[in-house]
Amino acid sequence: MLSSFFTGCIIFFLREESHRLRTWLNMLGALLKLGLVMVLLRGVYHGESWQWSIPLGPGMTFALGADAISVMFVTLSTVLWLFTTIYAIGYLEGSPHRSRFFGFFSLCVSSTTGLALADNLLTFLVFYELLTVSTFPLVVHRGTEESMRAGKVYLAYTLGGGTLLLLAVAWLQSIAGPVSFTERGVLAHIAVEHRLELQVIFVLFIAALGVKSALIPLHGWLPRAMVAPAPVSSLLHAVAVVKAGAFGVVRLVYDVYGIETASNLGMLDPLAWLAGATIVYGSLRALFQDELKKRLAYSTVSQVSYIILGTAILGPLAAAGGIVHLVHQGIMKITLFFGAGNYAETLGVHRVSEMNGVGRRMPWTTAAFTVGALGMIGVPPMAGYISKYYLQQGAVQAGLGWVSLVLAASSLLNAAYFLPIIYRAWFLPSPDEWPEEHHFGRFETGWMLLVPPVFTAAMVVLAGILAEAPFSPLAFARIIAGEEFPP
Amino acid sequence: MSGDLVMALLVLLPLAGAITAFSFPRWGPRIGCGVALLTLALAVRAALDVLRQSPLTGSLGGWAVPLGIRLRVDGLSAILLLLLAIVGLFISIYSLQALGPARGTRGRAARYYWPLWLFLLAALNGMFLSADLFNLYVTLELSGLSAVALVALAGTKTALDSALRYLFVSLSGSLLYLMGVALLYGACGTLDFELLAGQVTGPPGWTAMALMTAGLMMKGALFPLHFWLPPAHSSAPAPVSAALSALVVKGSLYILLRLWFESAGGGLTQGTLQLLGACGAAAILWGSLQALVQERLKLLVAYSTVAQLGYLYLFFPLAAGGGVRVWTGGLIFLSAHAFAKAAMFLSAGNIIKAAGHDRINDLGGITRVLPVSVFTIGLAGISLVGLPPSAGFVGKWLLLGAGLQQGQWWWVATIIVGSMLSAAYMVRLLSHAFIRDGTATAWKAVSPGFEWSALAMAVAAFLLGFTAKLFESLLQGVVWIGGAQ
Repeated sequence: MLSSFFTGCIIFFLREESHRLRTWLNMLGALLKLGLVMVLLRGVYHGESWQWSIPLGPGMTFALGADAISVMFVTLSTVLWLFTTIYAIGYLEGSPHRSRFFGFFSLCVSSTTGLALADNLLTFLVFYELLTVSTFPLVVHRGTEESMRAGKVYLAYTLGGGTLLLLAVAWLQSIAGPVSFTERGVLAHIAVEHRLELQVIFVLFIAALGVKSALIPLHGWLPRAMVAPAPVSSLLHAVAVVKAGAFGVVRLVYDVYGIETASNLGMLDPLAWLAGATIVYGSLRALFQDELKKRLAYSTVSQVSYIILGTAILGPLAAAGGIVHLVHQGIMKITLFFGAGNYAETLGVHRVSEMNGVGRRMPWTTAAFTVGALGMIGVPPMAGYISKYYLQQGAVQAGLGWVSLVLAASSLLNAAYFLPIIYRAWFLPSPDEWPEEHHFGRFETGWMLLVPPVFTAAMVVLAGILAEAPFSPLAFARIIAGEEFPP
Repeated sequence: MSGDLVMALLVLLPLAGAITAFSFPRWGPRIGCGVALLTLALAVRAALDVLRQSPLTGSLGGWAVPLGIRLRVDGLSAILLLLLAIVGLFISIYSLQALGPARGTRGRAARYYWPLWLFLLAALNGMFLSADLFNLYVTLELSGLSAVALVALAGTKTALDSALRYLFVSLSGSLLYLMGVALLYGACGTLDFELLAGQVTGPPGWTAMALMTAGLMMKGALFPLHFWLPPAHSSAPAPVSAALSALVVKGSLYILLRLWFESAGGGLTQGTLQLLGACGAAAILWGSLQALVQERLKLLVAYSTVAQLGYLYLFFPLAAGGGVRVWTGGLIFLSAHAFAKAAMFLSAGNIIKAAGHDRINDLGGITRVLPVSVFTIGLAGISLVGLPPSAGFVGKWLLLGAGLQQGQWWWVATIIVGSMLSAAYMVRLLSHAFIRDGTATAWKAVSPGFEWSALAMAVAAFLLGFTAKLFESLLQGVVWIGGAQ
C-alpha cells in the first residue's frame, strides 16, 4: 500500500536528465501503483480494511488506513495519474526543466494518495500542506511573469487555507483529543457541551478546505492558475487540489463530525447554501469567458460544489450523488482539459471564438471533448447524468425545493456555455489557417496526446451506462452512503 | 568512563584543542574536527547516562555543594549538549573547506578561527553543564568574547563595526547579569540552582531576577534589544553566522529557562511571564516584517532569527502550566531552528561564494549553479515556516496545542500570524531569487563538500520531528518541569 507512494516519491527525485529512463520510470511507477491500488480495491470491496501507523510525538500519530471512500479517491487519482503522465510526456516533449516538472508531478500525486489514505486529521493536514508545496512549482512551471503572479496568488490562498486548517485541527484536538476518521463521526458525545466551539471550528474547517475546493468567495486563485501547462491544469482540477478540498469536506462532515452531529449543530444548511451559490455563480461566470481554459476553470468552480452540496444534504441518495460526482467530475473534467490542451498544442487555439470547425481537423479530440461536455451538462447516459439524478432525488427526499431549482438552473447554464462550443466545433466552417499549426504525422495530433482523452471519454460513457454494475463508481458511492446512513 | 570524567572532558577537551590549535595553526582544521567528533561521542554518552539514571551530577575536585563547584547533566542540558555537538560537528566540517589551510593571504582568518571556535564550544559546553549561577556567568562571558572575536574575523569594516557593537552589548549584558548574581548571593547565600529553588523572594530576589533577565535578553537578542543581531550575524563569515544564530543566542535562552523555571519556580507570576511572551510576540512580528523587506540574503536570514527567537520566548507563558509535552515542543522548536538556521547561513555562504554578492534581486538563475544549496534553503525554509511534517511543524503544533488547551488564544493567534509571515518571506526569497531566470552568468563554482554539509543539517531539521519521543523521555526525568522522577 505504501510502497507505491514512496517509490513514486523517491524515484522521481533521483532521476537524471536522460529522457528515456525518466519516461520508463514514470510509466513503471504509475503502473505499479495502479496494480497495488487494484489489490487494495479488491480487498476493500470484500470488506477488509488496512491500517498502519507510527507515533510521531506526544499526542501525534501518523496513521494511514484504507476504507471505501479513500480507496475510491485513490483509484481515481491513480487511474487519472496514469493518463496524465502519458499526456504530460507527450505534451512537454522537448521543453526545458522536465525533470523538475516530473519530480514535483509525482510528489503531488503522492500527496494526493497520502491525503486519500490519511486516517486521522493530523495526517490529513500533513499531506494537505505537502500538496500545496508540491503543486506550487508546477503552477509556476513556465517561469513567466504572469505565471509567477498566478503562483503567488495560488500560494497566498492555499497557505492561508493551510494555516486555518492547522488552527482548526489543533483546536479540535485540544477539545476532543486525537481525532481519527470514523464512520458517522466521533464528536457526537461532546456536541452539546462544546456547541459553540464546534460551530466555530466547523466554520474554520470549511474556510480552510473551501480554499482548495474553490467555494466562493475563496475561488479567486483557480482561474488565475490556468496559466500552468495543460497537464497541470488537469491535475489541479480533476485529481489533486480541488478534489483534495472537496474530499476534505466529505471527510469532515461524515467522518469527523458525523452527518447527524453536523446537522444538529445547524451547520449543514449554510454549507448547502454556500455550495448552491457557488454552483450558480461559477456557471454564470463561465458563460462570459472567451478563453477556453478559463471557461473550464469556472465550470470547475461550479461542478466541485455539487460534491459539497451532495454532502450537505441529509439523506443517502444525495450523499451517493455527491460522492459519485467526486469520480465523475474528475474523469469528465480531465477529458475536457486534455481536449483544450490538444487544441492549444496542435492548432494554437486558446479561445472559444477561434474554435470554428475544429471538429473536422481533429475529430477524435473533439469527440472526446463533446462527450465530456455533454456529461457536464448531465445528458443521459453520460456519467454526469447519474450524479445529477441522484442529487435531484436526494433533494426531493430531503424536501429541499430550492436545491432542485439550483440544479436545474445550473444544468441550463452548463448547456448554455458548452453547447455553443460544440456547435462551433462541429458545424461552423473552419478558418483557412489555424493560429499556429503543428503536424504530427499519421494522426491528428501526437498519439500520446490523443490516447488519454479518448480513454477518459470512454470512461465517462461507461461510468454512465454501467452505473448498475458492481464495480462502477456508483456502486462504491452507495456502499459509502450506506455506511453513513444505517437503515 | 565515569559520569564525572565525561562531564569534565566535555569542557577540557575543546579547551585543550583550542590551545593546541593556537600553538600549531597548521593542525587547526584537523584538531577542530577531531575534537568536534569526540565531543559528539561524549555528549551521546552523557545523554545515554541521563536516560538510564537521571540526572548526572559531579563536583569538581570532590568538594561538596555549598563550597565546591558542581557540574550536572539533566534532560534539558543533555538535549542542548547533543544539539551543540551535532551542529558543531557539521559547522566544523564546513569550516574545513570554507577557511582552508592557515597559509597565504587568507591565512589569518583560518589561523585564529579554530582556536576561537573550539573556545566557543568549550564555553557553551561548560554553560550547559554548570549548576550554579556564577559558573554560568563565567561561561556566558567566555562564549560572548569568543563570539565577538569570531565576528571580527571577517576583517571588513562592517564586520569590525558590528563586532564592536556586539562587544558592548555583550559586556553590558554580562554586567547586568553579574549584578543580579551578586544581589542574589547576598540575599540567599548560595548560587546553586537547586538550593536557590523557592528562595528567590522579596524585593532583593525580584530585583536580581529583573537585572539578570534584562542582561540575558540583551545577549539573547530579544526584541526590543535585538538591534545588534542582524548586522553582527550577517557580516560574519558563513560558519560563524551559522554558529551564532544556531547556538550562541540559545545559550542565554537556556540560562533564562533555568533561572525562571528551576530557581524561581514557585514564585513566578503570570504577569511577568506574559510580559516576556509579549516581547516574544513583538519579536515575531517585527522580525518577520523586517525579513520581508530585506534586500540582502544574509540580513533576511538574520531577521528571521530575530523572529524565530520570539517563538522561544512565547514558550515562557505556555510552559508554566504545560508540563513535559510543552517542553518537548519548545525544545524541538529550538533544535529545529538551530539546524535549519545553520543550514541556511551555510547555504547563503555558498551563494555568496558563487555569486560574489547576496543581493536577492540579482540571484535569478542560481538554481542551475547551486541546485543543492537552493534545495537546502527550501527544505530549511519549510521547517522554519512550520509546514508538516518537518520538526518546525511538530514544535509549533505542540505549542499551539498548549496555547489552546490553556485558553491563551492570543499566543495562538501570534503563532498563526507569524507562520504566515515567515511563509511570505520564504516564498519571496525562493521565487524572487531562484525560480526566475537571471541574466548574470558569471557564477563561480563551489565545491560539493560545502553544499552537502549544509544539506545534511536541513535534512536533520526536517526529520527531527520524528525523534520527539527521545526528547520526551529525556525531559521525563526533569522534576521541575513536571516530569516524573
